[in-house]
Amino acid sequence: MSSQQQDLDALVAQKYRHGFVTDIESDTVPPGLDEDVIRLISRKKGEPQFMLDWRLKAFRHWLTMQEPDWAHLEIAPIDYQAISYYSAPKKKDGPKSLDEVDPKLLATYEKLGVPLHERARLAGVAVDAVFDSVSVATTFKDKLAKAGVIFCPFSDAVRDHPALLEQYLGSVVPYTDNYFAALNSAVFTDGSFVYVPKGVRCPMELSTYFRINAANTGQFERTLIIADEGAYVSYLEGCTAPMRDENQLHAAVVELVAQTDAQIKYSTVQNWYPGDENGVGGIYNFVTKRGECRGANSRISWTQVETGSAITWKYPSCVLTGDNSVGEFYSVALANHYQQADTGTKMIHIGRNTRSTIVSKGISAGRGQNTYRGLVKILPSADGARNYTQCDSLLMGDRCGAHTFPYMEIRNPGAVVEHEATTSKIADDQLFYCRSRGISEEDAVNMIVNGFCKAVFKELPMEFAVEAQNLLSVSLEGAVG
Amino acid sequence: MLSIRDLHAQIGARKILKGINLEVGAGEVHAIMGPNGSGKSTLTSVLAGREGYEVTAGKVEYLGQDLLAMEPEDRARAGVFLAFQYPVEIPGVNNAYLLKAALNAVRRQRGLPELDAFEFLAMVREKMQLMQMDESFLNRGVNEGFSGGEKKRNEILQMAVLEPKLALLDETDSGLDIDALRVVANGVNSLRGADRAIVLVTHYQRLLDYIEPDVVHVLSDGRILKSGDKSLALELERRGYDWVRQEARVA
Repeated sequence: MSSQQQDLDALVAQKYRHGFVTDIESDTVPPGLDEDVIRLISRKKGEPQFMLDWRLKAFRHWLTMQEPDWAHLEIAPIDYQAISYYSAPKKKDGPKSLDEVDPKLLATYEKLGVPLHERARLAGVAVDAVFDSVSVATTFKDKLAKAGVIFCPFSDAVRDHPALLEQYLGSVVPYTDNYFAALNSAVFTDGSFVYVPKGVRCPMELSTYFRINAANTGQFERTLIIADEGAYVSYLEGCTAPMRDENQLHAAVVELVAQTDAQIKYSTVQNWYPGDENGVGGIYNFVTKRGECRGANSRISWTQVETGSAITWKYPSCVLTGDNSVGEFYSVALANHYQQADTGTKMIHIGRNTRSTIVSKGISAGRGQNTYRGLVKILPSADGARNYTQCDSLLMGDRCGAHTFPYMEIRNPGAVVEHEATTSKIADDQLFYCRSRGISEEDAVNMIVNGFCKAVFKELPMEFAVEAQNLLSVSLEGAVG
Repeated sequence: MLSIRDLHAQIGARKILKGINLEVGAGEVHAIMGPNGSGKSTLTSVLAGREGYEVTAGKVEYLGQDLLAMEPEDRARAGVFLAFQYPVEIPGVNNAYLLKAALNAVRRQRGLPELDAFEFLAMVREKMQLMQMDESFLNRGVNEGFSGGEKKRNEILQMAVLEPKLALLDETDSGLDIDALRVVANGVNSLRGADRAIVLVTHYQRLLDYIEPDVVHVLSDGRILKSGDKSLALELERRGYDWVRQEARVA
């Protein structure tokens, strides 16, 4: 056995269960960012001219922007010139089937619990597996193709569906939107593309497992999901990352478009390396996620369970343009050890009779800092708009923090906006009560936390809900006592 | 079954129990009465293993084991049950879920097979009838939004399901109207048996009209001053506690 293998085994044995590095040669460009790097990325991916032009516009705009510092976070300065912006597993051509996929890569998925060829089929889930920056395997394309659903790596979409791309890319999150969205637009390397045509109910839950692997490679994923008139799609995103000493930047962009009568359900279980007990290492997760209910009676639901990352900065939002459209945001965010989470949502009501629901559950443990930041904006055009916000925080121990920043901009006097907020400490009384019934302390903590999160978990697809509960248990190990 | 010898306990610097001696045998029902602040709730809390109490002296033996050395969950699994004076709410945690987890933890300890959802439901339904509880209780959060009486009934339901060997009831009668009191007393009486002991902590004689104790103890200022049969409770009801204290002082 090579020493590298032993290193790998040692890593696997460490606390963070998904902390291992796959030994695959990466085709990585040297660190640094300028127009030449962007041209190189675009060329490597064989992109059409419009794509390169868009990237360059985004890059030039990014150069004029300031890094934001308004979030309730402490962030070590990021050196954008020290990041390598492209890393792809070394392969002459893309694999035609699973047999052609590097076995080591498949082994990695095994460790993550994602055996593409078996579990995916059993669970009826199509997995577009993103490994570092290039998608290496996509399953169930045929079944989806029969329904007319396009579910493919973003680069394939750029090549095969340029018209859809030109129409929708950046239409919800323009490259001018914010600092990290601009950076992403300039250098994104891969991600997923979904198009569900008119009147089609996507025959399965779509799922992508992201994984950051090569050292020092920032991840700039781009996801675009379009549900055309009357279409329905449920999309699951799950993340794990290997153990690292340096902070890794992840600045993804997710855009959702729901046309008339369409519905998109987007669920995330995020488990990136949060740093160790002392706050060393961990992922910086600065993500722009936004959906637009473009047509009447459309609906977009975001459900997220955030247990990972050193720093999370993320506000999955809904722009409710269509009349009678509905936006929903259900979130569980956990900040343990030295994690910092600043997350929430924006609900922008534009159409008439638009409704939105926000249920946010923040759990703070150790020295974790958990912030809910949400905006409910009701424009003058949004007659009959309604919002309900519920924002609960649970504290474990006395060194953590919970913060709530609800913003409301109401410009229509007929709007009904409700906000409820609670902060509670996981009470010794509750723990003792459970223990005095024969339930171990650890099980009691899990039970209480899961009860606290129930309103969110019930929004997750079944298998995902179980995974999310397990993830919370693992993430909270040793948080009490 | 339970043997308490010279038990001293305090919260912070405040001494609360100052030498409790108590022997409870299998099949017996003991009532502990006493004025406010005499240490009644402290005694049950120490026996169940609540944190925040420091035992400075004394021993507690339960079925031959050193009870004070055991974790609260181990005491429960070994058959000790505390019906709380103020049961806490645990929002979002299904009442049935907690009860099933508790029952199976106890059953594992006793070497019995765990009950599946169907067996569990059949058993619980039967006990709920006894407690005159509506089935909707099962799907509510633990004590979430329960009235005072509902919380107390829920405690006795848990007790009926878990079938403890030693049941400690901490002011289970407080806040109950007469009908609820009767239901709760029925529940407790149904558990009386030769291999089970019950310790009732109460302010009032009222409960003892329904649950007849074998022994009544008067606890005052951290000590048991007097023990007697159920007639002692009636006397206390009539004369109050002062005479017991005076008697103790003279002795």
